[in-house]
Amino acid sequence: MGKTLFEKIWDRHVVTTLPDGSALLYIDRHLVHEVTSPQAFEGLRLAGRKVRRPELSFATMDHNVPTTEDRMTIADPISRAQVEALRANCRDFGIALYDLGDDRQGIVHMIGPELGLTLPGLTIVCGDSHTSTHGAFGALAFGIGTSEVEHVLVTQTLVQRKPKTFKVEFAGRLAPHVFAKDMVLKLIGTIGTAGGAGHVLEYCGEAVRSLSMEARMSICNMSIEAGARAGLIAPDETTFAYIRQDRPFAPKGAALEQALARWKELPGDDDAVFDQQVTIDCNRLKPQVTWGTNPGMVIDIDQPVPGPGEAAGYSRADVENALAYMGLTPGTRLTDVPVDVVFIGSCTNARIEDLRLAAAILKGRKKAENVEVLVVPGSMQVRRQAEAEGLDEIFKAAGAQWRYPGCSMCLGMNPDQLKPRQRCASTSNRNFEGRQGKGGRTHLVSPEMAAAAAIAGTFVDIRTL
Amino acid sequence: MQPFTTHTGLIATLDRSNVDTDAIIPKQFLKSIKRTGYGPSLFFDWRYRPDGAPDPAFELDQPRFAGRSILVTRNNFGCGSSREHAVWALLQDGFRVVVAPWKEINGQRLPAFADIFRNNSVKNGLLAVELAEHEVEALFRHVATHPGARMTVDLARQRVTLEQDPSLVFAFEIDPGVKEQLLKGLDEISLTLHYEAQISRFEKAHLAEVP
Ligand code: SF4
Repeated sequence: MGKTLFEKIWDRHVVTTLPDGSALLYIDRHLVHEVTSPQAFEGLRLAGRKVRRPELSFATMDHNVPTTEDRMTIADPISRAQVEALRANCRDFGIALYDLGDDRQGIVHMIGPELGLTLPGLTIVCGDSHTSTHGAFGALAFGIGTSEVEHVLVTQTLVQRKPKTFKVEFAGRLAPHVFAKDMVLKLIGTIGTAGGAGHVLEYCGEAVRSLSMEARMSICNMSIEAGARAGLIAPDETTFAYIRQDRPFAPKGAALEQALARWKELPGDDDAVFDQQVTIDCNRLKPQVTWGTNPGMVIDIDQPVPGPGEAAGYSRADVENALAYMGLTPGTRLTDVPVDVVFIGSCTNARIEDLRLAAAILKGRKKAENVEVLVVPGSMQVRRQAEAEGLDEIFKAAGAQWRYPGCSMCLGMNPDQLKPRQRCASTSNRNFEGRQGKGGRTHLVSPEMAAAAAIAGTFVDIRTL
Repeated sequence: MQPFTTHTGLIATLDRSNVDTDAIIPKQFLKSIKRTGYGPSLFFDWRYRPDGAPDPAFELDQPRFAGRSILVTRNNFGCGSSREHAVWALLQDGFRVVVAPWKEINGQRLPAFADIFRNNSVKNGLLAVELAEHEVEALFRHVATHPGARMTVDLARQRVTLEQDPSLVFAFEIDPGVKEQLLKGLDEISLTLHYEAQISRFEKAHLAEVP
């Protein structure tokens, strides 16, 4: 029997099988940010332990950092202390840091691929659940807790139970104005927020093959919202072309040729068997928008908001709680619902392609008067590229704020937060209660849909704009 | 890590499914660089009113739940962010056990706890007990009708028993490696360091092949 892509990567990283049947898995790359690492470094110090391979860990600042012009001086003393702790830890333990102000700083899941750290066939972990993003390159990448961060720092391994495999086929072709974000939201709506638990998702099918790396990353990014720690896409010419661009850590010359030969062996065998599978028909896929308080509570933009008993997989109480929090009533059309804030950013949708799509909608138009619009590029590289293309001017002319990179309003750990009851069209990945600010109401959408909402001041069926 | 053998305590119920780690501990408390001090912030947005005063309607702070140490809740608990702070907050607010049901949807068994949350629990000695949906339903009913309901969770025997109703006894499954780690309070890093020779051997060959 053949192997899946996941099984090929897994098998090459098992150091040994432990007495209880779990595996000791070798970790090729460890990404670090300021929020989930300080207690791990503290643990190391208390136990008098060292970092086994500091050259395999890479750190950046993203969750806490302000995104305004004055961002270099962090006003919040607690945030500042956390950022300074990461600086000290990286210095003391010899870990490369892409600090605030660095030309390569950005959201951790943005800079891994940009730097060429994210490569096919590798195991990649980070104390962050959206590490699944890196699976777009055919790398086995998953989020871990702080104790596991410490475990990786000390041993360069993790103890893991082998997950099951789940094939997700996106069949057919996307209609205009329907994107990777809509594909993954539809998947989560179909299998539920726990549907992928215990599994590694493997995305395939015609609609995936035709996607850029940026769009593939948007899909893999949200694997965790379907409950799966990792999502994978087999590497192909699109992947290799991305890696051949200016990627400082990617192999070059003869080393690249050797790597390419290895990478071409990675895609799953034709006779590989998956534990589960599902097919999503992309021919009929419409723009998606969430109505509730988790990413599985999602509808087509032209569907009414469901009532209790009408949302598959959710109890009446779940729906009642969600509607009460969101300030919505059953039967409402979201195209009639005003938005207060539009957030274009996050590790889901703050890549250059996302900004181009949003800019194309905003070009020559003005935002609705009472809407606040934040455009937060995911990394300094993206920011610079966007400015070279004049996208920043389009955003500013439309009345949007053009910011510096960071997680920003995706989780509101920095000053970018929703106020209670403010409604936001957001390109991020989580519409949990309070995620973007206490009492804030988040609707997840694609960058085009977010930009259109900025102009109209309500949600819009982008196909009719 | 503190070992987990058996625990007897007061049960509190939280009747919500898909409780995410953002709800368990909101982001503003993640700025701390310490491992302690999270208890009072557990379920912060549900627990306190906008003016900061405790919300008397919040389930877990009802007078009848004073002294609670076992949380009984609904499926997919701990989904979302990987923040281990969620487990620290639960422990530091007095919980030693969380009970939730697995769910069957379209013939597929969906686990009671999100993967990363469950891993984080093990590392900190918080026991996540997975029961069938009708069993958790019975626990909810029992707590509603028995003020001061207490239960004993016996990890070695993989069993929960209700103090006020001896007829309610539920068996639970648990990964054998996890069970041993919890029973003995083992530190995983020390365990892995026993494999240092294997790691070094593997690493040498692996890094030569995949630079
Ligand atoms: S952008 Fe949002 S989801 Fe991504 S790493 Fe930052 S906080 Fe997490």
